[in-house]
Amino acid sequence: MKNVTFRIGGVHPHDSKLSRDCAIETLPLPQTVYVSMAQHLGAPATPVVAVGDKVKVGQVLAEPAGFISAFVHSPASGTVKSIAPRADIAGKMVTHIEIAVEGDEWAEGIDLSDTLVTEIPADRAAVLEKIKKNGVVGLGGATFPTHVKLNPAPGSKAECLIINGAECEPYLTSDYRIMLERTKEIIVGAAIMQSVLGGCPCVLAIEENKPEAIQAMQKALGELPYTNIRVQQLKKRYPQGGEKQLIDAVMRRQVKSGGLPISVGAVVQNMATALAVYEAVQKNKPLITNTLTVTGDCLPLEKQHNYLFRIGIPLSAIADYAGGVPEGAAKIISGGPMMGKAISNMDAATVKGSSSILYLSYDATKRGETSACIRCGRCSDACPMGLEPFLLNRLTKAGDMEGLEKNAVQDCIECGCCLYSCPANIPLLDRIRQSKVQVMGIMRARAAAAKAAAEAAKAAKQ
Amino acid sequence: MKKYIVSPNPHIHAAVSTRSLMLDVIIALIPALLVSVLFYGLSELLILALSVACCVLLEWAITKWMLKRPSTIGDLSAVVTGLLLAMNLPATTPWYVVVVGAVVAIGVAKMSFGGIGQNPFNPAITGRVFLLISFPAQMTDWTVPQGFLSIPSCLSGVDTVSGATLLGKYAEGGVEAIAGTDYLQTLFFNIGGSAGELSAIALLLGFGYLLVRRVIKPWTTLSIFGSVALVSLIFWLIDPTRFTDPLFNLLTGGLILGACFMATDYVTSPMSTAGQVIYGAGIGLIVMMIRYFGSYPEGVSFAILIMNMVVPLLNNAFHQKKYGRN
Repeated sequence: MKNVTFRIGGVHPHDSKLSRDCAIETLPLPQTVYVSMAQHLGAPATPVVAVGDKVKVGQVLAEPAGFISAFVHSPASGTVKSIAPRADIAGKMVTHIEIAVEGDEWAEGIDLSDTLVTEIPADRAAVLEKIKKNGVVGLGGATFPTHVKLNPAPGSKAECLIINGAECEPYLTSDYRIMLERTKEIIVGAAIMQSVLGGCPCVLAIEENKPEAIQAMQKALGELPYTNIRVQQLKKRYPQGGEKQLIDAVMRRQVKSGGLPISVGAVVQNMATALAVYEAVQKNKPLITNTLTVTGDCLPLEKQHNYLFRIGIPLSAIADYAGGVPEGAAKIISGGPMMGKAISNMDAATVKGSSSILYLSYDATKRGETSACIRCGRCSDACPMGLEPFLLNRLTKAGDMEGLEKNAVQDCIECGCCLYSCPANIPLLDRIRQSKVQVMGIMRARAAAAKAAAEAAKAAKQ
Repeated sequence: MKKYIVSPNPHIHAAVSTRSLMLDVIIALIPALLVSVLFYGLSELLILALSVACCVLLEWAITKWMLKRPSTIGDLSAVVTGLLLAMNLPATTPWYVVVVGAVVAIGVAKMSFGGIGQNPFNPAITGRVFLLISFPAQMTDWTVPQGFLSIPSCLSGVDTVSGATLLGKYAEGGVEAIAGTDYLQTLFFNIGGSAGELSAIALLLGFGYLLVRRVIKPWTTLSIFGSVALVSLIFWLIDPTRFTDPLFNLLTGGLILGACFMATDYVTSPMSTAGQVIYGAGIGLIVMMIRYFGSYPEGVSFAILIMNMVVPLLNNAFHQKKYGRN
């Protein structure tokens, strides 16, 4: 099979998939879960339960508070203890519903059997409704509500559904494990999304460092009745799993700056999302579980794990169950080492998008001392958006907002390739991130002003 | 409670540093250095050591007493400048000329602009060109010290065999003067000229190492070779009795040393691929104009210095191809 990859930039960090052979274990229920109202992109959900209510597993706890928002369900059965602000992994206060766990009683209508349901419902609207009602969001990182993405605006047409199995971040193995262990369910989930999108071709895109997953997918495809689904092997390269990069790799098309993937006919969904779609549509099971990797360079192999966890379990509970924070850990990260977020609060609860607890040693994560730029151009070679980080850094220091916009700072996807590859350890992404926020603010303000002016002109005419 | 680091992504690094890149350049120079020391003997070793010592010491002194900031000699860029300067000198260069070259290279061309990353001109080449203009006799004394472990001529100045470079012979006597040149020999062992130019093969070996290690990209170098070949091919086809052929021009003088190690200097070369190609083409064109029509027999150093001046313009004019913006 021909390997493909994206055409601009990229880096090759060592993949360090230490936990790749750890089969998924089911994490036991804790005594208390904390369910965040802001675990999806968009407006935080609105609680529909009250303190003192008895809830069952899978029962709706909160409803979407806007078009881009999502349902939130209870991951456990028990009593609602509080609905109050609580610190997330970065210390930001977010409304959480605290539930004291009592037993494990599931809501009615959820199919808990292991039977594979391969027949795809024909009613598109009903399927979309099920995906929405079961709180499915993208699990590749952005947690964008899936039903919105699967329902393109009129006039745009999906030409290719890409299921993202790149898992290009070093260390992470949760997608790899579900590809091996939940293969057929993922394919059914992909077929459901394919049918919702009107039957466009579907590509299961997997990096070459996961040959077992590629084989498993190919074998399962042969045993299932679906057509127009194929596996595409990708070269190992970071950030292949970035939506824009994956579209370029698979379709040889590039999304215009500020545009959506659907503008080039692409819809990208993660492997874990496909599994969640399967469970939502075929089993009527809401998104209350996900898979998470506990790994790190300073963690002995026997302490590495892939867990099936109930969303809402505090990170510290998972860490304790896995044997505690290792001695050599200097940094704890939620997500991968390239794009993940450093955890400042281990008491924070897991959310739908939690994918890992990554322990890095000081040696693995230390930043070298910053020295002068030697104009080697490694940052611009590495940038998958074709930007020139050295230039953006210089413009940021000069406060040149116009120059920053002209040089497309707003296109930055914050993948970290520039800082990763800088031999002078210049904090490129740190500065670019700041100026990106400023420039995007200026662009929004300008757009709003233009809109207001147009409306004023229209009103004056009348 | 134990404290953990909290900082933004990325959380890992490619473990490449200015120092590791410069170390790779030094490793890449080893074949050519070995050949020149084996051939020219102890005197060449002393010139190399003197040049490196002067460059490093000077940079250290300037950062400590003049700029009053942390020393940058640990990044090894001064070592690279010292090696390249010595390689661009004849093996007979007197010690005081080497010292003056180092002062100009590090003191004037590099540190007066603010140190590494700030200099518009290649330091080693600036040093060499200053010496070429200031000490024309010493800088074109292409004599070969005798014997393997000859008494360093920079100390004694005796017992040497005189020689002229092929380009020098051509500049003096035209095409007839270089008739019968064995190209295969020049590829391996090109006697006469700066110490570092001795073996094209050794230099290309180092260049290959830099490419494999991804320290540099090949575009500047290939563009220089292509441009020299093309320009000399055109002239040679017009009048082969007056102009030298492309192969002669590729294999002689400081072209390979300059194209592989000097023109590819990060700081003084363009950052975009298109910029590098134009930069290289310009160098090749100027080299050939000097060799065919100039008063100096060789012009690689001048060509690189002249094109160094164009680099800011090239960086402004050419940018990387952006995603989704074409």
